[in-house]
Amino acid sequence: MECRKLIIQSNRPLNAAVWEMKLYGENLTSAPGQFIELEVPDCCLKRPFSVADCREDVLTILYKVVGEGTKKMTALAEGNKVCALTNLGKGFDSSSSVQPLLVGGGIGAAPLYFLAKEFAKKGIQPVILLAFRCAEEIYYMDEFDEVGNVLISTDNGSLGFQGNALDALKEYSPNFDIYFACGPLPMLRALAGFSDKGQLSLEARMGCGFGACMGCSIITVSGPKRVCKEGPVFAAGEVIF
Amino acid sequence: MDTSVNLLGYRLDNPVIPASGTFGFGYEFAEFYDINCLGSISLKGTTLEPRYGNPLPRIAECPAGMLNSIGLQNPGVQKVVGEELVKLAKVFKKKAIANVGGSCTEDYVQTVEYFNHADNIFAIELNISCPNVKCGGMAFGTDPTVAGGLISAVKKVCTKPLIVKLSPNVTDISVLARAAEDAGADAVSLINTLLGMRIDLRTGKPILSMKAGGYSGRGVYPVALRMVYQVRQAVNIPVIGMGGISTAYDVLEMMMAGASAVMVGTANLIHPFACRDIIAALPGAMEEYKINSLETIIGRAHHA
Ligand SMILES: Cc1cc2nc3c(=O)[nH]c(=O)nc-3n(C[C@H](O)[C@H](O)[C@H](O)COP(=O)(O)OP(=O)(O)OC[C@H]3O[C@@H](n4cnc5c(N)ncnc54)[C@H](O)[C@@H]3O)c2cc1C
Ligand SMILES: Cc1cc2nc3c(=O)[nH]c(=O)nc-3n(C[C@H](O)[C@H](O)[C@H](O)COP(=O)(O)O)c2cc1C
Ligand code: FES
Repeated sequence: MECRKLIIQSNRPLNAAVWEMKLYGENLTSAPGQFIELEVPDCCLKRPFSVADCREDVLTILYKVVGEGTKKMTALAEGNKVCALTNLGKGFDSSSSVQPLLVGGGIGAAPLYFLAKEFAKKGIQPVILLAFRCAEEIYYMDEFDEVGNVLISTDNGSLGFQGNALDALKEYSPNFDIYFACGPLPMLRALAGFSDKGQLSLEARMGCGFGACMGCSIITVSGPKRVCKEGPVFAAGEVIF
Repeated sequence: MDTSVNLLGYRLDNPVIPASGTFGFGYEFAEFYDINCLGSISLKGTTLEPRYGNPLPRIAECPAGMLNSIGLQNPGVQKVVGEELVKLAKVFKKKAIANVGGSCTEDYVQTVEYFNHADNIFAIELNISCPNVKCGGMAFGTDPTVAGGLISAVKKVCTKPLIVKLSPNVTDISVLARAAEDAGADAVSLINTLLGMRIDLRTGKPILSMKAGGYSGRGVYPVALRMVYQVRQAVNIPVIGMGGISTAYDVLEMMMAGASAVMVGTANLIHPFACRDIIAALPGAMEEYKINSLETIIGRAHHA
């Protein structure tokens, strides 16, 4: 964990609900699956966001406007300074995967972009299944296209396969050695039931984000673990839903 | 300038102690800064058996603080003494305070007995005020007779100074403070969290799985300060003040209300370096108010 001041380099909407924020800080680093806790003006607790990209001192988050804090974030302008805790949590372990499948649901696709880029760097083209409720919710399509083979599903069929992520997965049945998933809990639960050869990035309401309060503790097969410290990425077979 | 205070015969370099439940077992914070700057540490509430605690969500934000319903998650006293305290001793050269929770007298007594032999513990803080444990905990903290019974039983076996942690969720906290003193407590600490609730406007349901939780953070500060003031008047044993402390000025004010030492909780969660920064700011704040020795201001508000 590091506690630092970052400078907002850009903050722009990608669609009606999802925004992209780029944050600058000298020697800023992160690993795919890790998250940051961003201080939002007039909010008591910091907000956790997965790192969607991080290179050359610039860290990107993709955030969906859902409540008070994320609404306030949209008002932050280029040049503003914000405090953040960075390098939080344990990210994806992609070292042993040569045929990866990435599954993102809604805003859960955010950390998968960073992961896909890491694979692309190693010369591996991941299959990226992105599930949304409708076509209007899609974001970062071009970015994902550049780093993998993208499959789309939407609940209403407005783009790609009509149905949820798991149905799409069964329909397309891509080959994979390990899947890496992030999205709503029902999606993750369904995936874990489908195959335990995966890693899931979980969410929890957090008090601190760095392991001090036990606010985010889940039950796993090997005892309680903190989403913010031992997670947010867990082996699919480890989580007790 | 002298920031040191005496607490139960143990000299603290300064009165700042991270509050139980907001600092784990201490050693993880040693990755962030040198925790030897702390006066002491109050460790995560420990029970006889391991506890997972309550289902998620356990955290809800408030405008000036937060609600928690952790439910005393801890690995159980054997592991705490055998593993957590060993890890702490490697990075913390001072002595810590063990915080003990439970749901029946026998559990409390046995847990305290385990800590009797722990060298790096100088006092026991008996949590009779946890709002997040269904049976026990809270009842011990709201009924002076029940509280007195528990404290006497623990006092019989406890070989270290005994601090009793009081709940603010009562009509008159000084009644409980006096009951604790009469039953043999060597000090009292207060306040634990205030019972509160938040409802999610989107779902119309309480955010916390337990519906209610404990409110802490800056918003509780004036309530805590008033209770510390009141308890200082009611008892002759030392009072440890906490609730919403976030700055060095808050520390001074809490001591003037009657606190011999202070605990800092939620501030650590909001800013991991909170305790370090408060301690660093203490001499400057003392200078500003022409205070040479912190011990001289304890209870100053009562002499006015
Ligand atoms: C590890 C992790 C990674 C995340 N990554 C992303 C991401 O990349 N993009 C994104 O848009 N969102 C992400 N989230 C969810 C994001 O943190 C919440 O949407 C955000 O905190 C909501 O804040 P708010 O003030 O707008 O909502 P409010 O409902 O007003 O927030 C009130 C409180 O509840 C908390 N809260 C509300 N919803 C959530 C939630 N779903 N998860 C955790 N805490 C919540 C807030 O942090 C705050 O403390 C992530 C969550 C976690 C735990
Ligand atoms: C996440 C969290 C966990 C806590 N766990 C404990 C505990 O295990 N034992 C205890 O005596 N108090 C516990 N408390 C209460 C604090 O020690 C303290 O009394 C209270 O939070 C008020 O101080 P603050 O406003 O500075 O946080 C906890 C508080 C929080 C926020
Ligand atoms: S959020 Fe505090 S321990 Fe995970």
